[in-house]
Amino acid sequence: MSLLEREEPGVVMTPHNLRARKLHWMAEAGVALAALIVAGALILGTGVGNWVLVLFVGWVFYLIGLFAVATRVEGRRSARNRMWKSLIYSACLLAILPLASVVWTLLSKGTGRLDGDFFGSSMNNIGARDPGGGAYHAIIGTVEQVAIAALLAVPLGVLGAIYLVEYGRGKFATTVRFFVDVMTGIPSIVAGLFILAFWVLIVSPWFNNGTPRFSGFAASLALTVLMLPTIVRSTEEMLRLVPGPLREGAYALGVPQWKTIMKIVLPTALPGIVTGVMLAIARAAGETAPVLLVAGGFSAINFDPFSGNQSSLALFVYEQAGDASKFAPDRAWTAALTLVAIVLILTIAAKLLARRSRIS
Amino acid sequence: MGDIPSRSANPNAGVPTVTVRHSRDAGGGVSPIPPDDDLRPLGGGGALPKKARFGMEAGFRGLSTAAGAMVLVIIVAIAIFLISKAIPALRADDANFLTTKEWFPNDANPRFGIAALAFGTVLSSIIALIIAVPVALGIALFLSHYAPKRLATPLGFAIDLLAAVPSVVFGLWGRDVFRAPVTDFSVWLNHYFGWIPLFGGDGPFGRSIMLGSLVLAIMVLPIVTSLSREVFQQTPGMNEEAALALGATKWEMIRTSVLPYGKPGVIAAVMLGLGRALGETIALALTLGTVFNISFNLIENGGNSIAANIANTFGEANSTGRGALIASGLVLFAITLVVNMAARAIIYRRREFRDSAA
Repeated sequence: MSLLEREEPGVVMTPHNLRARKLHWMAEAGVALAALIVAGALILGTGVGNWVLVLFVGWVFYLIGLFAVATRVEGRRSARNRMWKSLIYSACLLAILPLASVVWTLLSKGTGRLDGDFFGSSMNNIGARDPGGGAYHAIIGTVEQVAIAALLAVPLGVLGAIYLVEYGRGKFATTVRFFVDVMTGIPSIVAGLFILAFWVLIVSPWFNNGTPRFSGFAASLALTVLMLPTIVRSTEEMLRLVPGPLREGAYALGVPQWKTIMKIVLPTALPGIVTGVMLAIARAAGETAPVLLVAGGFSAINFDPFSGNQSSLALFVYEQAGDASKFAPDRAWTAALTLVAIVLILTIAAKLLARRSRIS
Repeated sequence: MGDIPSRSANPNAGVPTVTVRHSRDAGGGVSPIPPDDDLRPLGGGGALPKKARFGMEAGFRGLSTAAGAMVLVIIVAIAIFLISKAIPALRADDANFLTTKEWFPNDANPRFGIAALAFGTVLSSIIALIIAVPVALGIALFLSHYAPKRLATPLGFAIDLLAAVPSVVFGLWGRDVFRAPVTDFSVWLNHYFGWIPLFGGDGPFGRSIMLGSLVLAIMVLPIVTSLSREVFQQTPGMNEEAALALGATKWEMIRTSVLPYGKPGVIAAVMLGLGRALGETIALALTLGTVFNISFNLIENGGNSIAANIANTFGEANSTGRGALIASGLVLFAITLVVNMAARAIIYRRREFRDSAA
């Protein structure tokens, strides 16, 4: 028995469940207003809650009232349709509120320290009672770590994608593709722990007379592990979009496969590959956990990513968030605003580039 | 194709001149049988060139295969190195690692276990999903079926951008801005619903599992929304139009043709969101109360997760402490690996089914 027959067995559309009359929009607004007033009187009158509870109970009353009124006017099926539509619209509104709050807080609290001192100095010699201090060392750290990570991840990722698209056949390629997808879900802290166990605790003592050493390079390795699956997947999709006849024309002229890939397929897919790389870089710039674990965090400027602790912008936000000084929240919020601005600019640029160069 | 030496018998062939000159005399010039030397043209000889064993082609192919294999190597290496660093700490542990709640790995007699941590990780992720998934599905349906196109595209774009915001920003917001309303809400819940064990207790309310789960829900929302929206947009138009043609209302059409078609995709999206929630570090480190106990009380100060514990206690850990944290990270890796593999298996089976049926 299909759902449409549920109202009246044997007859699908009866005068009871589907009518031509439609509920006037003013009736709907009237129901909403009445629900709000009743809820307000109930809640505020008995003192059970505040205006938030009034809104919530008012919303529940509105849904019930809407269903009742619409059933009388339009029929049960139409009333149910209307109620679900309201629920879906409410879900949207519910989600917009916290996200708007995050944006508003960033903009209002983040402008406190937007001065040259913040971007030009580090936290070296800044005590708990000193109002100055800045994020220059953190910005340098982020730039260096992400640049080295990109230098490592992009060739590796693009070559891996080339294998999956051009050379891979059979179970091995399927396994590699499956695990690339699985790797996108590795938590960033696990990648940080891996580099801690591998690079910092085992490999770096070889270079450092037996003692393990934190470094910005270790953070770059962890970021490479995180960027790699994103780059492989997006490059693979872009390479698949290159038209087959383009490749076949080159093969027909006798161009070897590797030359076809390097000179014809890659340049054609290049805008899409750049998009994927930019998205991966945006993700890497915002990662805190790996830097916390293997770069150590540092309050002074360190230009050398291969030796010595280094900080990064995301780690700076986390450290300032945990700092008890009364000047720390301003620094934290301004750094957060800077970080979000960098990440959003990269992401928006990547998506606009993707939209413009879509082969469709 | 290359630089084939000129075979014309005329030595002046190719030299630019003022007058037009035929490249060879009629009837003369190139002999029909090419001279027998090693330099054969690629297309004209008849046999394909010998496959060079160590030439560019083999080299490039080997390089890209190695790059592809690197992915598997990295995953195996993660497992191996985590295990190798975790074993000494596990051996030094006086208590059972899987059932102990306390966390004292830096003491002279280390006693630590992940019971409380794993419980907190799973509980906060599940609550976050319970809150986020219905809202995310609602937004996805709105974007794919209810919103006008001019609104749907920018709104979808905005949701994708929100997925890119770093988690430390959400953690900071959760702790500075969201904690006060949640504390008020917890106090109200405790006052009126304190008889339910979830909302009982007299302790200070604030940095609780509820705050952490709510922040986690806000972070998981964009991922589940964008994946579900793609799935809903791929519903075959014929199915939707058939439902409408039979007289279904819009909601009935969605319920009968969009939701069942998209169910595997939605399940996969939810599991990917779960994977992200399980591994979330900084947002939980800033909003959970970091107390090592197992309790279902959602609103009291407390709650801890594996990743948040690592972030909070890493600074003061000695070598056994580091090993203990690595061991807990290994457990987290195993859990997220299983969840992600299951989600991907569902997506792959769905794609095969859809492609073979197309």
